[in-house]
Parts: sequence; C-alpha cells; structure tokens
Amino acid sequence: MSSIHSRATARLALSPAVILLLAWMAIPLAMTLWYSFHDYQLLIPRGNEFVGWENYAYFLTDPAFLHALVNTLALVGGVLLITVAAGIGLALLLDQPIYGRGIVRVLVVSPFFVMPTVSALVWKNMFMNPVNGLLAWLAQLLGMPAIDWLAQAPLLSLVIIVAWGWLPFATLILLTALQSLDAEQKEAAQMDGAGALARFRHITLPHLARPTAVVILIQTIFLLSIFAEILVTTNGGPGTQSTNLAFLVYSQALLRFDVGSASAGGAVAVVLANILALLLMRLVGRNLDA
Amino acid sequence: MAGIALRNVSKAFGMQHVIPCIDLDIGDGELVVFVGPSGCGKSTLLRLIAGLEDATSGQVLIDGRDVTQLAPAQRGLSMVFQSYALYPHMSVRDNIAFPLRMMGMERATVERKVADAARVLNLQDYLDRKPRELSGGQRQRVAIGRAIVREPVAFLFDEPLSNLDAALRVSMRMEIARLHQQFGTTMIYVTHDQTEAMTLADRIVVLNHGRVEQVGTPLQLYRHPASRFVAGFIGSPRMNLIEGPEAARHGAATVGIRPENLVLSDHSGRWQGRVSLAEHLGSDTYVHVDVEGVGALTARAAGDFDVRHGGRVWLTPDEASLHRFDGEGRCVTASEVDHVR
Ligand SMILES: Nc1ncnc2c1ncn2[C@@H]1O[C@H](COP(=O)(O)OP(=O)(O)OP(=O)(O)O)[C@@H](O)[C@H]1O
Ligand SMILES: [Mg+2]
Repeated sequence: MSSIHSRATARLALSPAVILLLAWMAIPLAMTLWYSFHDYQLLIPRGNEFVGWENYAYFLTDPAFLHALVNTLALVGGVLLITVAAGIGLALLLDQPIYGRGIVRVLVVSPFFVMPTVSALVWKNMFMNPVNGLLAWLAQLLGMPAIDWLAQAPLLSLVIIVAWGWLPFATLILLTALQSLDAEQKEAAQMDGAGALARFRHITLPHLARPTAVVILIQTIFLLSIFAEILVTTNGGPGTQSTNLAFLVYSQALLRFDVGSASAGGAVAVVLANILALLLMRLVGRNLDA
Repeated sequence: MAGIALRNVSKAFGMQHVIPCIDLDIGDGELVVFVGPSGCGKSTLLRLIAGLEDATSGQVLIDGRDVTQLAPAQRGLSMVFQSYALYPHMSVRDNIAFPLRMMGMERATVERKVADAARVLNLQDYLDRKPRELSGGQRQRVAIGRAIVREPVAFLFDEPLSNLDAALRVSMRMEIARLHQQFGTTMIYVTHDQTEAMTLADRIVVLNHGRVEQVGTPLQLYRHPASRFVAGFIGSPRMNLIEGPEAARHGAATVGIRPENLVLSDHSGRWQGRVSLAEHLGSDTYVHVDVEGVGALTARAAGDFDVRHGGRVWLTPDEASLHRFDGEGRCVTASEVDHVR
C-alpha cells in the first residue's frame, strides 16, 4: 500500500495537524528564545535591547535556581515513588474478588477527576491546617503536637498532595495490566512450588515492568511542570523551600516583572526536561521494546 | 511414581454441579486419557487432581495418601497447560529451571538437570531464547521440559497439543508416548480428540456431563462400548447408530454398527440405498449411503471399490458385530453379544 502516491496523500492529509502542532509549539518557543536574549522588564521600559547571554547568567547564578532544580527533582521523584509503590499495592487489592468491587474502584479513581487547585485547597484547609485540619486533630488525639505541614515540611506536603492526585492514574494502568496477566501462568508457578511472594516477585512484577515504565514516563512529563498546587498552597515558600522550576519562572516573570530572565529560565527548563526525558527513555524505555 | 485415586469426588461451581460424583483408580505408571465432549468437565477433573481447584466433597489419593487438603506444589505433580503457560520474561533455561530454583536446589545441580532435560527434548539450541522467539512445537517442548525436571510422581496434560497443526500434533504425540516409555511415570492426559486417546492411552476414561461413562483399554472401548454415547464417541468415522423399526427388529432402541462391519455390494444385500458421498482415501473408501427407512449410513469399502455419487448400492451388516442399546442408551446384553460371537 505504501506506493509513492499513497504516501504523498498521507502527508497531505497529515499536514494540517502537523502544521497546527508546529505553530502551537514552535512560535511560543521561538518567542521565548527571542525574549531570553533581550532585556525586557515590564516595570522598566528601556527599548528591549539585545543583551546576549546576560539573562541566562543571571538566572543560572541565582541561588534560587539550584534550589528550584533540586526541589523539582525531589517532587518528581517523591511522587513517582509513592504512586508506583502504592499503585501496585492498590492494584493488587482491587484485583481480588472482594464484595462491592465496582464501587471501590470508582472511589479509588475519583481523585483523578478533582482539579489540582481544588484538591490542593482541600488538603491545605481541611487536612494540613495546623488548627482545624484533620491531621492536626489526629495528632492531638494521639497526644502529639500538631504539625504545621505546609510551613514545616512544605515539599513533603506537596509530594503528598500531588501523589494523591496521581495515584488513581497509576493504579488504573497497573490494574488493567494485572488483569491481562494469564491465569494459567500463575497456576503454573503455583504448581512449580512458588509461594505467594515468589509468584509476585517472579511473575507479577516482571509482567508489570512495562506498564510501570509507561506510568513513570507519562507522570514525569506532567510532574516536571507542577504549578497549581504550589500556587494555592505554599506559594513557593517558606523562602524558596517549595519552589520548583516552573514556579521560579513564574515568579521571575509575574512577581518581578522580568520577562527576559523568565524566558531564559523557561529555555533552561525545556533543556533540563529534555535531558531528563532522554535519561528516562534510556532507563525505563528499554522495557517498552520488549 | 505413584497411583492416583479419586474417592467420591464431586465439584460444584455455585449452583452448577459440574462433577456429580466420581470414583476412579489410576495405576502406577499408567497413561490414562480423559476424553469427552467440550464442557464435560475434563479440565475441572484434572485441576481437582492437581489441587488448582478444591473438591466440593470426596478425596484425592496419591500413592494411597490423602492429598485433598494439600497445596498443588506439595502433591508432587507436574502439569502441562493448553496455553503452555511459559513465563514470557524468562529465557528457556530459566523457565525450565524455575521449579528447581523454587525448591532451593543448588546452582550446579539445577544446571545439570536443565541440560539433561534440554537434551531429552532437543532444546539445546534454544536455551537462551525467550518463549516468544519459539515455534508452537518448541514452546510445548519447553513446557514439557519444565514439567519433567522436577521429577514428579505423575504428569498431568491438559489438551497439550490442541494449538498445534496436524502434522506436529502427530509427532508430539509420539514424543509424549516415548517420554512415557522412557520414564514410566504415571500420566493423565486430557483431550477431546478420540484419535489421540486411542493411540496414546493404556486406558481411556470417557466422560460425559461430569460422569464416567466407561473406563477401559482403547480396544475394549472400541469393541464393547458400554453405552450409546461411548459408541458414538470412540471410533472414526463414527459408528452408525440406527433407531426405529430396524432397531426394534433386534430388540433394542438403538443398534450400532461400525463402518467396517457393513459389507458393500453393487448387486445384492439387506438394505438398498443411494450413495450421497464417496470419500476415496486411497487405501479405503468411505461410502455414505442414504437408506430408505434406516437413515444415512457410512460403510468402509476397499480403496478400489468403484462408486459415484447417486449410485445404487446394497449394504449387509455383520450381525455378530451389532451393538444393541436400550432406551437409556445403555448397552443391553453385552454377554449376549459375546455369546453370539
Ligand atoms: N471457574 C468456573 N466457574 C463456573 N463454572 C465453571 C468454571 N470452570 C468450569 N466451569 C464449568 O464447568 C464445566 C466443565 O468445564 P471444563 O473446563 O472442565 O470442561 P472441559 O471438559 O475441559 O471442556 P473443553 O474440552 O472445552 O476444555 C463447564 O460447563 C464450565 O462452564
Ligand atoms: Mg478443558
């Protein structure tokens, strides 16, 4: 079927989508790059002259940058760890024939439908609030001092909030994978003398390698640019303790009104995200070929 | 090696009584084949013996020991599944070694045993491949390899050849027969293919709706089917089953006659009919004849018997080889049939 004509037709048919996608991505990227080499401050209109790498130097030498970089990685890593581990656990539970399984599944999936801003606000005001929060009440019940989560452990709090939102995604993908595991394979392992733990380690886990890789790749893409949760809870603080790269760029642009260095930050973030994506593809993408 | 016995074993899934009650003795070193139509409970029975399914009541004995409450691995049996059930992420070597590793056997012994099994099954060249890189027949051999390394007291096969093409099925069948001779281990083999059953079995167990219809050697079943069901199931092409006045003449509700016991002639005989189809196999010719008042009959003739569609032929049954069945489908006066012979 792939004659020259049909290929040309295919290209023609594809072109609107490709052009739209290119325009969507390329134009903002080009503008970002353009601004990143110019002095463009909203509060000091000086004619936007070309300044070379100065914006980059300014952004990269900012002590907040390194901190934001570490925070970004910690956020991504922490959320991935929790969602994958808890996701496997939940998927295993939901795969069991329990009473009311349908309803339990709906409940488990529901956090995914809550908007990040809403869920973050709920967590902030109803769970993590040191005076009225559920967690404070629980701590009090156990005779422990209440923790002001967002002030004392801002990054950990964010990891918990974001992980709560992404757990259904991981669980759902891993559950469908579990259900596609051949029952005869498990029975064969049972006949071969593998106990429940050995079956999990030698049969179930290898079977989950591929969906886990998918979960990690997809989540990383989204987790690198977490913003809403930070904005409505900690605002990046205290200090820069919960500022990630996306939030740093935002604060440069819209709190300090320095579009030039924010653009430089954006460009840096794009480069970093690509490096991370490449690394991940190398690490977990291997599972996808199998 | 061990004999296996079932005592009053029954199995129900919820309200559905799949196996009402079965008593069965399988001798040490015997190759027993379970046959029956689809859905008759063959796999369920095998899984009960394996321990993958819990019996609703009754006992499973291996070597006289009650194993009904034991986990599958503790029964010392090996099973080969219809879908092979190989572990897809492990190499052939690791697949075969898996049961030994689970026993906690040391590395050197495992390697030796895997090499032995690979040699027996001609798998040496494939040890480092993954299951998906193998053909169906090779996968089946790996599954058998995984079953033999742990030196079980008995092998269980659940339709192991049904995913293979006809030629491969014949050669794998011979391979399994060879393995049985070589190891002398008890084997239970499930199939719905009566040719496989006839060629492999020491004894055949014919199942119907979860009940044992008849147990016996292939020839016993062929010569003396205890019921109409067995008569129709064993033998290819099927036995001709005749009902109505023709059967009543022999004092039965149904009479059966095998195709080779009908004598064909082009000028005289008991029944006259028209040929609806002639299958020329070379050595034999199977002639399908429509006989008025009797029905469609199949008869075997010599390979050079010359008939064509629409031709007129005469059929004469060999009275001594008639099987008589009563209204329930039970064989009546089997002794009488013997007596006449
Ligand atoms: N887990 C189960 N739950 C409910 N019913 C079942 C279950 N497993 C089997 N059955 C029923 O038990 C009956 C026997 O099934 P079984 O698998 O033993 O048949 P079989 O003789 O192996 O057939 P086939 O030749 O098609 O493999 C069938 O009617 C089936 O519907
Ligand atoms: Mg079956």
